[in-house]
Amino acid sequence: MLTGQLIAAVTTRGSGASRVIERDLLVTRNNLMVFVSGFVEPVFYLFAIDVGLGRLVGDVTGPDGGPVSYAAFAAPALLAASAMNGAVYESTFGIFFKMRWGKLYDAMLATPLTPTDVALGEIGWSQLRGLAYACAFMTVMVVMGLVASPWAVLAIPAAILMGFAFGAVGMAVATFMRSWVDLDMVNLALLPLFLFSATFYPLDVYPRSLQMLTQLSPLYHGVALIRSLTLGTIGPGLLLHVAFLAAMAVVGGIVASRRLHEQLLP
Amino acid sequence: MVARGLTKRFGELTAVDAIDFDVHTGEVFGFLGPNGAGKTSTMRMIGAVSPLTGGTLQVLDRDPATDGAEIRARLGVVPQENTVDEELSVTDNLYIYGRYFGMPRAQVRRRIPELLEFAQLTDRADDKVTVLSGGMKRRLVIARALINTPSMVLLDEPTTGLDPQARHLVWDRLHELTRQGVTLLLTTHYMDEAEQLCDRLVVMSDATIVAEGSPRELIATYAGREVLEVRFPPGHRYAGWTGLDGIGSRREVLADRVIIYGDDAEQLTSAVTHSGVEVASMLVRRASLEDVFLRLTGRRLIE
Amino acid sequence: MTGALRVLEGQLVAYRRTWRGSVITTFINPVLFLSAMGLGLGSLVDRGARLGSLSYLAFYASGLLAAQAMQTGVGDAAFPVMAGFKWSKTYHTALATPIAIRDLVFGHATFILLRVTLAAVAFALVAAIFGAFAVTAALTAVPVVVLCGLAYALPVMAFTASREHESALIAVFRFGLVPMFLLSGTFFPLDQLPGWLQAMATLVPLWHAIELVRALTLDAASALPWAAHVGYLTLWLVVGALLAPRMFRRRLVA
Repeated sequence: MLTGQLIAAVTTRGSGASRVIERDLLVTRNNLMVFVSGFVEPVFYLFAIDVGLGRLVGDVTGPDGGPVSYAAFAAPALLAASAMNGAVYESTFGIFFKMRWGKLYDAMLATPLTPTDVALGEIGWSQLRGLAYACAFMTVMVVMGLVASPWAVLAIPAAILMGFAFGAVGMAVATFMRSWVDLDMVNLALLPLFLFSATFYPLDVYPRSLQMLTQLSPLYHGVALIRSLTLGTIGPGLLLHVAFLAAMAVVGGIVASRRLHEQLLP
Repeated sequence: MVARGLTKRFGELTAVDAIDFDVHTGEVFGFLGPNGAGKTSTMRMIGAVSPLTGGTLQVLDRDPATDGAEIRARLGVVPQENTVDEELSVTDNLYIYGRYFGMPRAQVRRRIPELLEFAQLTDRADDKVTVLSGGMKRRLVIARALINTPSMVLLDEPTTGLDPQARHLVWDRLHELTRQGVTLLLTTHYMDEAEQLCDRLVVMSDATIVAEGSPRELIATYAGREVLEVRFPPGHRYAGWTGLDGIGSRREVLADRVIIYGDDAEQLTSAVTHSGVEVASMLVRRASLEDVFLRLTGRRLIE
Repeated sequence: MTGALRVLEGQLVAYRRTWRGSVITTFINPVLFLSAMGLGLGSLVDRGARLGSLSYLAFYASGLLAAQAMQTGVGDAAFPVMAGFKWSKTYHTALATPIAIRDLVFGHATFILLRVTLAAVAFALVAAIFGAFAVTAALTAVPVVVLCGLAYALPVMAFTASREHESALIAVFRFGLVPMFLLSGTFFPLDQLPGWLQAMATLVPLWHAIELVRALTLDAASALPWAAHVGYLTLWLVVGALLAPRMFRRRLVA
C-alpha cells in the first residue's frame, strides 16, 4: 500500500521534472550549434596538453607513485574541472537568469508543476548535458590513448556525481545572489579551485602546508577520484572522495530546495 | 469559490486583511483598486502559488494548501507581467505550456491552431516571441492560459500598457470566453474595463474590501444617477470654499474640479449657477464606476 | 570626438558600480595564474630544461601578457556590445540623443583600451614581482599588448553588431578564442606543433603579439621584423575600425 503510494509519488514527480527537461531540450534544439560546439572545446584542450605541455613536462608522479605521461595525468583533471564548471555555471548563472530575469519559473509554477518538479528537472537536464559532455571527453581520451584501465568507465558516473555535488551547492549559492555583480564572486571562487586542486601537477609540487589546504578543495576530490579511475590505481581511499562529494550534494541540495521554496512561493 | 477571512502577510506588511467574498461559476468577477491594494496577492493565493497566512479559501471546491496541483490543473493564469519563454517561438511557447500541464503531445498540437486563431497570432506562429509587440505578447499569454481548457481563468491586469485597439481586442476575446461558460477573475485599475467586463466586483483599498456588488449596484449606492463636474477659472481653486455646500447629495473636491452627485443634473446645474461661485465650465454626465472608485479610494489619491 | 568621450563617460559611470570586483580580479588573476602555472607547473618543466636556459615562468608570463589582452578585448567586445543592442538597449537610448554611431563605436573602443591597459600594467607589475622579467622591459611591452587587445576588439565589435543571436558569440569563443589561446605559443613553443598548424598560427594576431612581447621582455629574436608584426596587428585594428561603424549603423538604423 505504502509502496504503491511511494511509486505513484515518484512517477508523478518524475513526469513533472521530465516536462521541465522537455522545455530545455526545445531550447537546445533551437541553439543546437552552441550545444554541439561544447564537444569541440575539450578536443582543443586535450590536443594542447598532449602535443604541447606534455612534451615540455615529460612524465610526472602518478597517484600510485609510479611515473605517468603528463597528458594521461592532466586529462582526467580537465574532465573533472569541466564537470565542475558545467554544473556551477548552469546552476548559478543559468538559474539566476531564469529566476530573476526570465520569470520562467513563475510561468511553470502557475501550472500543476511544483518547485520540486522544477528543481529536479533543472538538475536532471544539467546532468544529461554533463553526461553527454563526459562521454565525449572520455571518447577523445580513449582515442588519444590517455586511458590506462577499464576502471575508466566509472569516471563517467564519477563526473555525474561531481555534477550533483557542484550543481547542488551552486544552486544554493544562486538563491543568495542579488545581482550580476555577485556572479563575479562565483568566478573569483572557481579560478583558484581550478588552478590549485592538483589539476595540472601532482600534490608534491606544493609546500606541505598547501597540500593540506588542497585537500579541502572539493575539486581536488573530484580530480583525485577521476584520475585514479582512468589510470587504474584503485583503492579504498577512493571511497573517501566519493563520500566528500556525496556530502556536498546532500547538504547543497537541502539548502537549495529550502531556499527555492521560500523564494518561488512567497 | 469561497474566501473567508482571507489574509496574507509578508513580515510586518499586511497585503490582504481578512477579506470575504464568493465567486459563482460562470461569472466575471473583478477586483478593482489602486496599486498596492492587495489585488495581486489575492490572485496569487487563489492561483495556489502563495500560501495563506490566515482564513480559509476554497477554489473549485478544493483547498489550495493541500490540492494546489489539482487546482492549478484546472486554472488558467494570466500574470501581470508577460512571463513568456523568450527562447522559444510562439508555437513552442504554447506547446511546452501544455506539456507542463501533462497534456499528451498530440492533444497539445491539436489545440495550438485553435489558440493561435483565438489570439489572432496564426501568421506569427513560428516567430520568436522577442519580436512580438506588447499587445501580441499579451494575447499569447492569454491564449497560453487557455491551453488546458480551464474552468476558471485568473487575469491580473489583463490590459495594462496596451493601446486602445489591443485592449478592445482582448476584451472581445474575454467576452467570447464567458460565452463558453468559463469563470473569469480579473484585477484592474481601469474603471471602463471593470464596467465592460464584470458581472460583479469588489473594490479593494488598503488590503480590505470596501464595497461589493454589480457595477450598476455600486454606482447606484455610492454615486447616484447623475454627476455634475464643475471647473473653475485659471488660478481659482475651490479648496476651503463653502459656496457649493448643500448642493446635490454629495460633493468630491479634487485638485482641479469639484464633482457633485445627485439624481437630477438640471437641478444641480441651476443650483450651482445661483450659488454665485465663479465657474469656468460645467459638464453633466452619467455616474460611472470611476465615481465609485474615487469616493471609496479617492481621498488618498489627492493627498 | 566629444560624443565618443560622453559614451566613454557613460561606460565609466556604469563601471563605478562594478569596478571593485574587476580591479580585484585584475590583480588576483595574474597572481593565481603565475603561481599555479608559472611556478607550479614551471617547476616540472624546468626539471627537463626543454626551454634551454629560459625559465617556464618567463616564457609563460610573456605569452599570457598578450593572451590576456586578447581575452579582455574579445570579452568586452562581445557580450557587452550585444547587450547594448539587445538586452539593456543602451545604444538605442544613446542614439535618441546627439550621440552619433561613430561615437558609440569609438567610445566603447576607448573604454576597452583603458581596460586592456590597466590589465596589462597590472599583469606586468605582478610578473615582475614574480621575477619573470624586468619591470621596465615589461612596461615597454604594454603598448604592444594594448595594440593586440584592440586588434581583436574592433573586429569582434563589428562581428557582434552583425549577429542577431548570442550563440554566434559563443561560437567565436569556442572555435576562435580557445584554439588561439591554446595553440598560438602562450603555453608552449610553436615548433612542437605539426607544420600546417604552425603555418596557421602565423595568421593569428596573438602569435604576432607574443613574438613582439617575448622580443621586448626576454630579448628573444622575433620570427619576423618588428615592423611586420606591428603592421599585421595594425591591419586587423584598421579593418575592424572601418567595419564596426558600418555594422553598428546597419543594426541600429536600417
